[in-house]
Amino acid sequence: MKKILAGVFGMLLLLGAGTLYVVQARGGGPAVNARPVVSGQVLIAPGNLYFRNLASGPDEGKLAVVPVGDPAGARRVGDLHCDRFATARSTSICLRLKPGSLPPLTEMLVLGPDLAVKHQETLPGTPSRARVSPDGNIVNWTVFVTGDSYSATGFSTRTGLYDLKAGQLVKSIEELPVFVDGKRYFASDVNFWGITFAADGNKFYVTLGSKGKTYLIQADYREYRGDAIAQNVECPSLSPDGRRIAYKQKNPDGTWRLAVLDLTTHQVTHPAESRPLDDQPLWRDDKTLLYALHHDNTSAIWSVPATGAGTPTLLIPDAASPATR
Amino acid sequence: MWHRVPANVLALGVVSLVTDISSEMVTAILPLYLVIGLGLNPLQFGLLDGLYAGATAVLRLVGGHVADRWRQLKAVAGIGYGLSAICKLGLLAAGSSVAAIGGVLAVDRAGKGIRTAPRDALISLSTEPAKLGRAFGVHRALDTFGAFLGPLVAAGVLWASLGDFNAVFVGSFCIACCGVLLLVLLVKDHPRPGPAMAVPLRGMLGLLSIKAFRRCCGWAAMLGLVTITDSFVYLALQRRWEVSTALFPLLPIGTAGTFLLLAIPLGRLADRVGRWKLFLAGHGALVLALLLLCGPVKSPWLAVAALGLHGAFYAATDGVLPAAAGPLLPEHLRASGLALLQTGQALARMVSAVLVGLVWTLWDLRPALLLTTAALLVVTIAAAFVRPWSWKEAR
Repeated sequence: MKKILAGVFGMLLLLGAGTLYVVQARGGGPAVNARPVVSGQVLIAPGNLYFRNLASGPDEGKLAVVPVGDPAGARRVGDLHCDRFATARSTSICLRLKPGSLPPLTEMLVLGPDLAVKHQETLPGTPSRARVSPDGNIVNWTVFVTGDSYSATGFSTRTGLYDLKAGQLVKSIEELPVFVDGKRYFASDVNFWGITFAADGNKFYVTLGSKGKTYLIQADYREYRGDAIAQNVECPSLSPDGRRIAYKQKNPDGTWRLAVLDLTTHQVTHPAESRPLDDQPLWRDDKTLLYALHHDNTSAIWSVPATGAGTPTLLIPDAASPATR
Repeated sequence: MWHRVPANVLALGVVSLVTDISSEMVTAILPLYLVIGLGLNPLQFGLLDGLYAGATAVLRLVGGHVADRWRQLKAVAGIGYGLSAICKLGLLAAGSSVAAIGGVLAVDRAGKGIRTAPRDALISLSTEPAKLGRAFGVHRALDTFGAFLGPLVAAGVLWASLGDFNAVFVGSFCIACCGVLLLVLLVKDHPRPGPAMAVPLRGMLGLLSIKAFRRCCGWAAMLGLVTITDSFVYLALQRRWEVSTALFPLLPIGTAGTFLLLAIPLGRLADRVGRWKLFLAGHGALVLALLLLCGPVKSPWLAVAALGLHGAFYAATDGVLPAAAGPLLPEHLRASGLALLQTGQALARMVSAVLVGLVWTLWDLRPALLLTTAALLVVTIAAAFVRPWSWKEAR
């Protein structure tokens, strides 16, 4: 009898403490924005820099915008929540975690010029990368999924795209025929991530990961095939002039650093950013790279010359997923 | 049905149920937490994670041996449960350090490895030999039910706390502590009569000199070597029937659901017709499931049937094997023996996963499946003819 009483009492105490924690977590979260914010509709227009606002406060996690010329200015935020955002011409893509879904699901929104939702898909996994082809016709994304490979606990990536003109959805480009050294490549552990499209809206680049190696794949969308043209290239990003690829390069210690590959000479240069970085870089113009850098549980957007000269500049603190138009 | 199972087995089942709610809560949200909450790169993390799987197998042997040596099955199991409980708070303390999170998860796995053998030994020793299949069936059913509830509870906590991951860890810790409390209060240790006996480490390997047990271990490992890993089954199913990726996570639930429903009836059946026979029949069910996966007919009902057979395979093997092997072992070495048996089986299955992965890379998924199916069928038939012990002995 004593035992039962002790058991009931102990369990009530434990479950009560747990409930209390859940309830207080609910009330948590500051009521004031840590960085000044202007509320209002966010519009897609040239000369703007878009990003995910990570400054704590009621508007944390929302899509924010500042003029490229005045990155320190007050952030304008609307109602749209995005974990990953990208834009080109009048098309934008927003990836966000569907709240309360277990296993995790990602909402993929295709947005028009006024950021109204034109198309929507639910994808399994958590958001990782998002891009729009320069002509605004194809949006693409990468999500992380679990339970997809035979190491039961491992993660893998799934990359897909949506062709706005054809209304065609490719949920995963896993079936893309890929050639390494001229030979068709087959492996059970093939993973693709991080697409970047060329200005012609047909040629694209993507990372292929398999057996511990990563390849830069140059692919043709209409012919639907790809060739490996370089190794140790992840999350490629094509420069506006189409001549160079910025990417993250794996260091021997497993971290990544920013690198730029010249597609004609195959020469690799390292911009003046030596800190470990895990992001798909973005070309602000043909000379400057933007990227998010994780530090102390938050993230900031930095800018660095692509040539290797100069020094990195902090552009926007408490921000992630930069996008420009 | 329940009242015919010893109270101690029921108590251990409830402890497992509560503990599995706690651990599956964390398993369900961990990928989310790493990617969204901490912004870690999960590919790198997955690599780290894989390294611990082997260590668990070795710790299971340690847990079994120490439990027998100290003659404290309950205490050793309790240490295992306690370690895992503390780890839930460890995740909170680890913050965003990959190394710390990896360490905490390793300790959590260690806890799971340590507690398994003494727990199964307790079930085995608390039950009269004729009803062992039923007892293990009840335990595995309760265990699976907990695993079922875990993600639901985690989703509930995330919803109630407005997406606070820490709240899930704290909730999981509190529930794990309830499990430890229940173990301490409700589970009785098995009294070991007679004078204290030294159990040298060699004693564990010495168990292999028991002919029936040695054969049992050998066949279990041989069968493990040709048993296909779950992920391959789900992948094949997904490819064949083009299961929507959003529905993909439901496939393991199909297996677990059938396991849950069949664990007790098949456990009872094992007691009546012979446990080894049912253990082999379970592998037969897996052969059928694989044939449905590779076969020429492509009806969605066959996919459902394949999942059902996959669940039946677990119900006919997971608890039935320790039920079959338990009576072959002397009481004072039961935890060691069960640890040896299950570690051999687990290591064999790990090798199998690597081998199937290799064949898949070389040829493709379908040839890999067909090859495994053929090998599994051959070994199952061989095991049916060269029995580890005569049926009369086993009853």
